[in-house]
Amino acid sequence: MNDVRFMIDGKECLGKPGQTIVEAAKANGVYIPVLCHFEGLKPVGSCRICTVRVGGRFMAACTQPLIEGMAVENTAPDLEDMRKSLIEMLFVEGNHLCPSCEKSGNCELQALAYRYQVLAPRFPYLWPRRDIDASAPLLMLDGNRCIQCLRCVRACRAKDGRKVFAAVDRSRRVKIEVDKKLAAHLSEDQARRAMDICPVGAILRKETGFAVPIGRRKYDAVPIGSDVEKGTGR
Amino acid sequence: MSKPVIATASLAGCFGCHMSLLDIDERILGLIDLVEFNKSPIDDIKTFTKPVDVGLIEGGCCNSENVEVLRSFRKNCKVLVSVGECAIMGGLPAMRNGIPIRECLEEAYLNSPSVDPEDRTIPNDEDLPIILDKVYPCHEVVKIDHFLPGCPPSADLIWEAVTALVEGRPLQLTYDLIKFD
Repeated sequence: MNDVRFMIDGKECLGKPGQTIVEAAKANGVYIPVLCHFEGLKPVGSCRICTVRVGGRFMAACTQPLIEGMAVENTAPDLEDMRKSLIEMLFVEGNHLCPSCEKSGNCELQALAYRYQVLAPRFPYLWPRRDIDASAPLLMLDGNRCIQCLRCVRACRAKDGRKVFAAVDRSRRVKIEVDKKLAAHLSEDQARRAMDICPVGAILRKETGFAVPIGRRKYDAVPIGSDVEKGTGR
Repeated sequence: MSKPVIATASLAGCFGCHMSLLDIDERILGLIDLVEFNKSPIDDIKTFTKPVDVGLIEGGCCNSENVEVLRSFRKNCKVLVSVGECAIMGGLPAMRNGIPIRECLEEAYLNSPSVDPEDRTIPNDEDLPIILDKVYPCHEVVKIDHFLPGCPPSADLIWEAVTALVEGRPLQLTYDLIKFD
């Protein structure tokens, strides 16, 4: 099939039919921020950080497939400010104490806050009371930091295909729980993947924290998305 | 012309941000040439004696005294800056925010191990500041003009911000200066 021609902020781009805007943008060296999306997982478009504007309508760039000739707005000031406000909402909705978090420096939410220069949120802090579940032998779940992106729910499965994590309850009471029986038999690789798939510090591999010194962590020196913009992204 | 005046305070903080201010190394000599300190733990001046150009606030508000000090800073400072995570979002002290205040006090004073188990009371002297229901970030109590994140903010960030504010130029907050830890 022929390539799809489209534009992002006036830049002529080529994509493959069926590709989402996020994937095609990446292939063209344009970074669109994502949080609930993870390459290889079926996108759900729940966090809306990737919101772009096409023909005056807002859409999630991680779920919207390319359409021939579409003109995507990605860096309009009002869009960027909307994304910034979404990041701020995620910060005030949970209890994100970066100084005491093992994921600090490798956290995608924090990295987005750095990229968007979130110095203080415009919304009041909600300070919800959330639980910590450290019952699994290899993993610790900290609900304070969870942003309900469902990446773990989609990505982590046992050998027989059963889901290791699940969302319990609905709306603002939703929380991620781990299947205790499955969690008891997780391999080292599965536990590591569960921690890596979590964009924040809600799922942690026990006993390995703070292994990388400050200054050498993922987002210490360069903003999230720099690899895409340099054309070196995965 | 008189030098720009700076005041600082540590509310519900650990003085780490003040330590980071002192961590500007030999630039501290330049700072003394550049500014004059008024109310601050650094020179031990207890009350405002003149109008202040830049107020630096470390720590959030966990009791009535913090609120009083913060309000007096707002009143006396032209520009007020939240310095560090505690001032910006409550920080470590805010870990109590999900826990009812009664539960906190009972855990600290009645139920925890003690060298004198017979004498357990929750302090309630009229001279003590009243503890707030939550630890509040400074910008939820008064208007804050600038925010310097970090735990602590790096000496370079504090230096950049203080020199920019007293010289009246915009803050250059480069990527390496903005960190939350």
